Amino acid sequence: MELIREALIQMAQLVLLLLLAPGLTGFVRSVKAKLLRRKGPPIRQPYRDLLKLIRKEVVLAENASWVYRVAPYVIFATTLIAASLVPTFATGLLFSPAADLIAIVALLGTARFALALAGLDIGTSFGGIGSSREMMIASLAEPAMLMIVFTLSLLAGSTQLWMVATFLQGPDVGLRVSLAMAVVALIMVAIAENARIPVDNPATHLELTMIHEAMILEYSGRHLAVIEAAASLKLLLYFSLIGCVFMPWGLAAVGQGFTAYAVGLGTYVAKLAACGFLLAVFETGTAKMRVFRVSDFLGAALMLGLLAALLLFVSQTT
Amino acid sequence: MTSLRDLIDQGQSVRNHRPWPRTVLGSEGWQQAAALLQQQQCALLALWADKSMVHMALLDEERGEPAILSLACEDDRFPSVGRVHAPAIRLERMVRDLSGLQPEGLPDTRAWLDHGRWPVKFPLGRVEFSPPAPLPYPFLAAEGESLHQIPVGPVHAGIIEPGHFRFTANGETVVRLEERLGYVHKGIESLIAGQTVARAAALAGRVSGDSTVAYTYAFARAVEAALDAQVPVRAIWLRALMSELERLANHFGDIGAVCNDAAFALLHAQCGLLREQVLRASERCFGHRLMMDCIVPGGVRNDLPQHAPQVLSDLVAGVRRRFPELIELFDNTASLKDRTVGTGVLAPMLARQFAPGGIVGRASGRAFDARRTPSYPPYDQLPLEVPVLEGGDVNARVWIRIQEVERSLGLIERILVALPAGPVQAELAEATKDSAAEGVAMVEGFRGDIFVWVRTEANGTIGRCHLRDPSWFQWPLLEAVIEGNIVADFPLCNKSFNCSYSGHDL
Repeated sequence: MELIREALIQMAQLVLLLLLAPGLTGFVRSVKAKLLRRKGPPIRQPYRDLLKLIRKEVVLAENASWVYRVAPYVIFATTLIAASLVPTFATGLLFSPAADLIAIVALLGTARFALALAGLDIGTSFGGIGSSREMMIASLAEPAMLMIVFTLSLLAGSTQLWMVATFLQGPDVGLRVSLAMAVVALIMVAIAENARIPVDNPATHLELTMIHEAMILEYSGRHLAVIEAAASLKLLLYFSLIGCVFMPWGLAAVGQGFTAYAVGLGTYVAKLAACGFLLAVFETGTAKMRVFRVSDFLGAALMLGLLAALLLFVSQTT
Repeated sequence: MTSLRDLIDQGQSVRNHRPWPRTVLGSEGWQQAAALLQQQQCALLALWADKSMVHMALLDEERGEPAILSLACEDDRFPSVGRVHAPAIRLERMVRDLSGLQPEGLPDTRAWLDHGRWPVKFPLGRVEFSPPAPLPYPFLAAEGESLHQIPVGPVHAGIIEPGHFRFTANGETVVRLEERLGYVHKGIESLIAGQTVARAAALAGRVSGDSTVAYTYAFARAVEAALDAQVPVRAIWLRALMSELERLANHFGDIGAVCNDAAFALLHAQCGLLREQVLRASERCFGHRLMMDCIVPGGVRNDLPQHAPQVLSDLVAGVRRRFPELIELFDNTASLKDRTVGTGVLAPMLARQFAPGGIVGRASGRAFDARRTPSYPPYDQLPLEVPVLEGGDVNARVWIRIQEVERSLGLIERILVALPAGPVQAELAEATKDSAAEGVAMVEGFRGDIFVWVRTEANGTIGRCHLRDPSWFQWPLLEAVIEGNIVADFPLCNKSFNCSYSGHDL
């Protein structure tokens, strides 16, 4: 009985993620448009785009190998699994014991690896530029992310996300400098990982400044649809992560009733909206940084993560 | 040492060429002129061919006096100016492609505008019909370990004009950039040849759509100079009014576009709003958003409607209210400053050599503005302070635009006050129809000085017209500016130059 229930919740979360992800992207775009005094496309536009792309023919580069064709599905699958490991509105997921925070980082790393390979595969110069820039960013973002993971797991005594969330909800947390540093570092990593301003510009048409867009420049049809969906999912994943770890209120725990789930769902959507709104405001007020400044930016995230972990030991010994 | 004036005296002066002198020189005099350019005593304004004659417009920078020097080509050849003065290279390649005259000793023998895709060769000279045969185009070599090439364009990811950029990069650092242009060659000069003045004016207004006022303005002035025609005073002032409105609209567009290329969409949206207001006011006052075909030889097409002064003073007041906030935002956004300051620096030395007009020159210490030197009415009666900066980077070019916006607002106000009454269009003089005449004019567009030379025939048609876009001297500098910068900063540098593809490709 318990198993069926957990499976149901897990399935519900998966479906929820898939349904919500394009909407979140649409919401961020819509808020940005409003801030620029434009009408902007409706929130449902990304859904329409995905439908349109799925129906369209795939135009493949002549020299594309199997890597190029397989990569979109690898990216989508790994991102979806990673996203399903993050508690959204309820803890006690079926997949939880199978994987933890480190697994999420590894899954996203796999997705990125596949994307970079695909960017290189067709041999265009933009794909190569995009892949090289992406890898430079990854080499800095991943260690920073791992430092954040260490901080959280040291604090909660586990790398399991739902345990971290439960711990942070509890009374033993107190006011911790480490947590503040970790949240700042996590936001910085999230910005870099999701190719947002100031690291990358998701709305750019300038092929020479692109990072994420440069790698997928040659994709079309369902391949592009799958990659776009994966990008939306990734944004949702990071928002959920920030929500579940640093704003763990409202998460329905194992064995709670229907009301708890309803409350959990409501707060989850509210958290996403808040994150999306803040992202849009932040992006509107910042220019994109030079490519080489990204290393400073992510270096700062890494240092914050490191300090957060170190401070934990300091506060434990004193 | 010979000066431009010595050369003018030395040669054979041409009658019926107004308002600046034109002198036919021998081969030796031509080479002395090239030496003047090389020593940077003179700035090159234009170089073009008419039948079997090459012409070169020079500006004595010290005296501010322009002159046209001509050379009759023997055997369809002339000594290359580009051999000693690099800014002339592309102009001479253009002359060779269009007129078939061979610049002897020109270091670059590749075709420029002619990509081998036209059904004719030398459309302005001895026309040869030959089926299109695309020519190979070897790009300049850059050798070294770990260098790689990035071809960009001519089709871009955004909706912009076509041009090919070949980057050689070492990682992210640009080692060399080479442009290839000519994709939007429209054959404007061939189309104009043999047309009536009115038809030719409409064609001239379509060389570069964003500068249509400046082009028709320059063309009209050149024709009027050739025909020695008088233009009603009111028309003269209305032309300046249109010209300032066009400048205003384009500068708003450019300031926003530079910010947008740094992914700062906020200013782009706000500047777009201001630009739209200018365009709407232009439509209400002149009947066309871009004021296309509003200037005609002999005057302007329509007089202002009754409500125009009110519309324009409302516009100026509105911009004065909104614009300072935007400048403040531009100046106080650290992330934006980080991108624009120190990016794409154009050394003043190069600005002196290439003598680019407009923003590009003024941001690198070259205080040249055609409205002031050699000046033309009504600007000779208006106070005009030319903003000059020494920085030469993207930031300086944006700041020149910002300052020019403020100047233009002031000019519009003054013009509205000083606008005399009277007719706005005069018939072009019939008397000059008995002989061919030549006229030349230079008008400051928003990019820089637009140079127009026309030869009118005895039957009242245009025999030959050359329209030189300011971009001719700015495109080569863009190549120099990006060197040593990173690839990702190119869009920003490019937007801060905002050269015209269409105006350059003719």
